Amino acid sequence: MKTNAPKSLRDRIAAHVRDIPRSGIRDFFDIVSSRDDVISLGVGEPDFVTPWHIREAAITALEQGVTSYTSNFGLLSLRKELSSYVKGLIGVEYSADREILVTVGVSEAMDLALRALIEPGDEVLYHEPCYVSYNPIITFAHGVPVKIETSVENSFRLTRAQLEEKVTEKTKVLILNFPTNPTGAVLSRKETEEIAAFAIEHDLIVLSDEIYGELSYDVQHSSILAVPGMRERTVYLHGFSKAWAMTGFRLGFSCAPPELTEAMMKIHQYTMLCAPVLSQRAALEALQNPAEDIAGMRESYAARRNYMHSAFQEMGVECFLPGGAFYMFPTIGKFGLSSYDFAMKLLEEENVAVVPGTAFGACGEGSVRCCFATAFDDLKEAMPRIARFVSRLS
Amino acid sequence: MDELLKLLKNNAKESPENLAKLLGQPVEAISEKIEEYEAAGIIQGYQTVINEDKLEDGPVTAVIEVRLTAEREGGFNRIAERISRFPEVRSAYLMSGGYDLLLFVGGKTLNEVASFVSEKLSPLSGVVGTGTHFMLKTYKRNDVLMHTPDENERPQISP
Repeated sequence: MKTNAPKSLRDRIAAHVRDIPRSGIRDFFDIVSSRDDVISLGVGEPDFVTPWHIREAAITALEQGVTSYTSNFGLLSLRKELSSYVKGLIGVEYSADREILVTVGVSEAMDLALRALIEPGDEVLYHEPCYVSYNPIITFAHGVPVKIETSVENSFRLTRAQLEEKVTEKTKVLILNFPTNPTGAVLSRKETEEIAAFAIEHDLIVLSDEIYGELSYDVQHSSILAVPGMRERTVYLHGFSKAWAMTGFRLGFSCAPPELTEAMMKIHQYTMLCAPVLSQRAALEALQNPAEDIAGMRESYAARRNYMHSAFQEMGVECFLPGGAFYMFPTIGKFGLSSYDFAMKLLEEENVAVVPGTAFGACGEGSVRCCFATAFDDLKEAMPRIARFVSRLS
Repeated sequence: MDELLKLLKNNAKESPENLAKLLGQPVEAISEKIEEYEAAGIIQGYQTVINEDKLEDGPVTAVIEVRLTAEREGGFNRIAERISRFPEVRSAYLMSGGYDLLLFVGGKTLNEVASFVSEKLSPLSGVVGTGTHFMLKTYKRNDVLMHTPDENERPQISP
């Protein structure tokens, strides 16, 4: 009997995983990590530590021996608070029993939603530049990622015309992320209504990642969920990482009609079981005793946004003023370097780390991402270094 | 408290130019506002937060509870202001509860502070009694943590 030669381990990895390229962020991170005394504007998280009363709640829970599993859906007390919070924030009410699922970060909630909805060959629309995970997790769910490229000329907004251009018979899901990582783009009420009308007309499910919803600076965040007719076709995704500075707690949640929540729950219970109980207790404290946590941090980000924006203007770098999140996405194409080369040279010559725009999709070419949730002393040091660098390129 | 005061409270050395950029206002407007605050006595002065535990010749600080006799006119004001004028007294607060005045008193040595209490403070007419507590270590002063090591290993690049 003839036996085949054994396959290499690499060949045994599922093709749809093997073929996904390594994240550009990881490559760049490896280079940055090898250097000393770098001022990094390359992080995707707040520079604040989680407010003390929230940390204290987690410590107290641990002292009390709260170390067990919770309901697969998450603590009911937390889901009730989440229901009130979302109602207060957006004006849409969800049942704590059947429509809210507590997850390990928004990332898990997004993954669950995609896996619950997508069948092989289904197309998923999403807008670039975007958070690095969307394209790969659509692929992991055996869907077909269909990107819509947004640009600085259009303030990185998503228009109905762009959507119509990409929609097909196979389109099933639309992913939205406003305010957007990495551009800070926001949508007006009118724009969300246009996108909602498109989703309704084409019978799409919308996965709305609103992790930066509370971090809007000039106008109130406008959620697509608030548009009449959207509740029944939207999975609202949110979490505690950004607005409450709780990235390490890994706690997110989804709000969706019972049928969708139940489908996501099936995957969640067999893979993750439940979100960590200590993180859930911390989140409960965050919602029950909100203090001025979010407002204080938002004020601080807004000031640093203003500082970074005027610094870029002074050095003659065109820069879209972000309406939300805590990133700036300046246009550096005129200096004749690719985004990656610009970031590499800036790192080598001035020891400042920014993330090449291409990490967030090919249309990020010509930009770099700078996080202004960075200690002001670091910003005061980093911006003159960037100015010095671009003056040499000019 | 307005945004400008918050920023100055956090760092009194921040330049008007940077404050203007942070708040999205002209430099002149910021400078004028600061002058207004100074003129109105809202900004009383600018100080440095020093971790005195790290100084070799750091001062000795005592927290002193003082019980006073109230006067017919003006209550505790006259005596409290008199006590506040001693250079050894860094801070003085009128308090509710078991005593009337809370003092933060600094001196070069423990003896110097003890002498202040026994020779200057206690003999004052109107001072009924004192309770002195010496500070051993400062963990936090004016919103600044003094001894907290930063053990947070944040990645320098993240999505």
